[in-house]
Amino acid sequence: MHSLLNALLVVVLALNLFALGTSRIITVIKVVSLQGLLLGVMPLLIEEHLALAAVSASAAAILLKGLVIPTMLLRAMRDVQIKREMEPLIGFLPSMLLGALATGFALLFATALPLASEHTTPLLVPAALATIFAGFILLTTRAKAITQIMGYLVLENGIYIFGMLLVGAMPLVVELGALLDLFVAIFVICIMVNHINQTFSSLDTRRLAALKE
Amino acid sequence: MTLILLVFPFIMALAALLISSNRWRPWIIPVAGIIHFALTLASVFSAGNRISSDWIGLDPAGQLVLLLISIIYLITSFYLAGYLRYHPQRQNRIFVTCLLCLLGTMTMITWSKHLGIMWVAIETTALCTAPLIYFNKTPRSIEATWKYLLIGFVGIALALLGTLFLAYASLHAGLQPTLVLKELLHSAPQLSKPWLHAAFVLMLIGYGTKMGLAPMHTWKPDAYGEAPGAVGTILAGCVTSCAFLCILRIYQVCTAAGDTAFMSPMLLFMGLLSMVVAAIFMVGQQDYKRMLAYSSVEHMGILILGLGLGAPALFGTLLHLFTNGLTKGILFMSAGNIHRSFGSTSTDVVRGALRRLPVSAALFLTGFLAITGSPPFGPFISEFSILNAGFASGHFAVSGLFLAFLLIIFIGMGSTVLLVVQGSVPESAPRTAYREGFLTLVPPVLLLGLVLALGLHIPAPLNNLLHNAVDFLETQP
Repeated sequence: MHSLLNALLVVVLALNLFALGTSRIITVIKVVSLQGLLLGVMPLLIEEHLALAAVSASAAAILLKGLVIPTMLLRAMRDVQIKREMEPLIGFLPSMLLGALATGFALLFATALPLASEHTTPLLVPAALATIFAGFILLTTRAKAITQIMGYLVLENGIYIFGMLLVGAMPLVVELGALLDLFVAIFVICIMVNHINQTFSSLDTRRLAALKE
Repeated sequence: MTLILLVFPFIMALAALLISSNRWRPWIIPVAGIIHFALTLASVFSAGNRISSDWIGLDPAGQLVLLLISIIYLITSFYLAGYLRYHPQRQNRIFVTCLLCLLGTMTMITWSKHLGIMWVAIETTALCTAPLIYFNKTPRSIEATWKYLLIGFVGIALALLGTLFLAYASLHAGLQPTLVLKELLHSAPQLSKPWLHAAFVLMLIGYGTKMGLAPMHTWKPDAYGEAPGAVGTILAGCVTSCAFLCILRIYQVCTAAGDTAFMSPMLLFMGLLSMVVAAIFMVGQQDYKRMLAYSSVEHMGILILGLGLGAPALFGTLLHLFTNGLTKGILFMSAGNIHRSFGSTSTDVVRGALRRLPVSAALFLTGFLAITGSPPFGPFISEFSILNAGFASGHFAVSGLFLAFLLIIFIGMGSTVLLVVQGSVPESAPRTAYREGFLTLVPPVLLLGLVLALGLHIPAPLNNLLHNAVDFLETQP
């Protein structure tokens, strides 16, 4: 089981770098949704005996992150008619390298962390840290509103990976509540993206600069 | 009873969604406010009326915050009904629905004894408030809402990470991972220190973002500046108090773990930083609504500073939560009236408000005196109590700086406020159809009455609540 889990986590890490290195926004959406889908499958691999609660939480996560959210975002993209992320604060190649560096650092750092003995082997902790960091890079260096949101989703995915260490701490109600919040958040964001585009004729958040001291 | 209190705001929200009359829909807000207040009194002051489980229950700290948000919401709800009457042409279906959902989620925060449920509820407050900030649908309000959402999401995500770290701290100690507050408090001394510390830092930053502590406060002036005044009241009085309650929870766990020495310097630093940032941006501030936002940053700083001073200042800090929330209501509502009459928030245009809007401007001026800690108003008592505890516990440098920043802020805020209220109205100042009315004046006057009353005498029931909360936060189970 652990080797399969580790293999999936390596794919998740690779997807981080892919999302950092591409300029096509549709590709980023697809990459992040694939990542969400993989993460939804993982809890099923971790638990030895599957309870109904765990299966339904996983199913909800897969459905939401793999299907509903990308559909909503792709529809929003179609309405605003943009294709590429232009002029990021840090270029695509440098941000990919930065992400790779962060991944390596996370792997080293995780060995120094005081982890419970059963967590020292799988890649969960370093993968969580690296994904959170990749999310931060996307969130802070991209200019288009929709790519920033992809950064937030990657960040959320990273936290989700960490949550897998804590089977049992989060009751089903909380997991479903968090997913519902994520759904509403993306819904609100899609409306906002649409309004930003209508008002500013662009999704470039650098145009949102009227309010400052 | 408990179930009704937790569920009825959402039912009312559904009703607001279904009511088709744009004119009558806003009245559902005061109705909800009255019911909420009645149920809150029943459950806060009578233990028999509330259920209690490991996940849901009302502990003393929750009681205090629940009472506060219920009072502010009730009073503001009438103002909101009056406010929406001035904008009959504007569709308010989403606005009213979101306001009621916000009431429901804030109530949920005060009742949650499970940190996971608390986190879900606070994330939902962020989603409910976004459409409220966006109500005016101007480019500026879009910008404010976008920043609010983005910064808020990142903050809340960090808080979630912190919450998970906290659960991991119990797992690492060889215990069953848990997020139930009671179990965490019980096992606090055994929790793994490094993870507990990391959890504290992340939750302080995460929920601090929701509170609007510097340097994560940048959304605040934009959001408060662009949102309608009454929404500012609810944001600055209720939502920030809920975020503070979340910080109180992790504070309590760390206190129970005997980690005061680790927390205290960090809290003091964050508190003073918020005050200094607020002071810098308040001096010479030309937008009086943004000035109020920085005042909120300042007072969030005072609350965190109070926590940093530890047990001796706790009573003053909790009292300050109360007095600050109520006083912010006076300021935001009167500023909202001035804004509606002049159609601007810039002191270049808005002058001589005392001549045009005598009551609102007088309220604005009195609110300023109250919030800056002038006697005989409530904030004076609470700030004095915190200061007193600071000197008594030997934090001379911190207390000295606290006093100095209060003085700078008094001068900075005063110059802007006086500019707004004094003098004569400029010829060029536009005049809208707004006239001071019953619904937009009585709520801030009521709040002023409460703030004044709190400054003169703290009623026994509230005093008991405050003392219970202090005891509750300090006891080591």
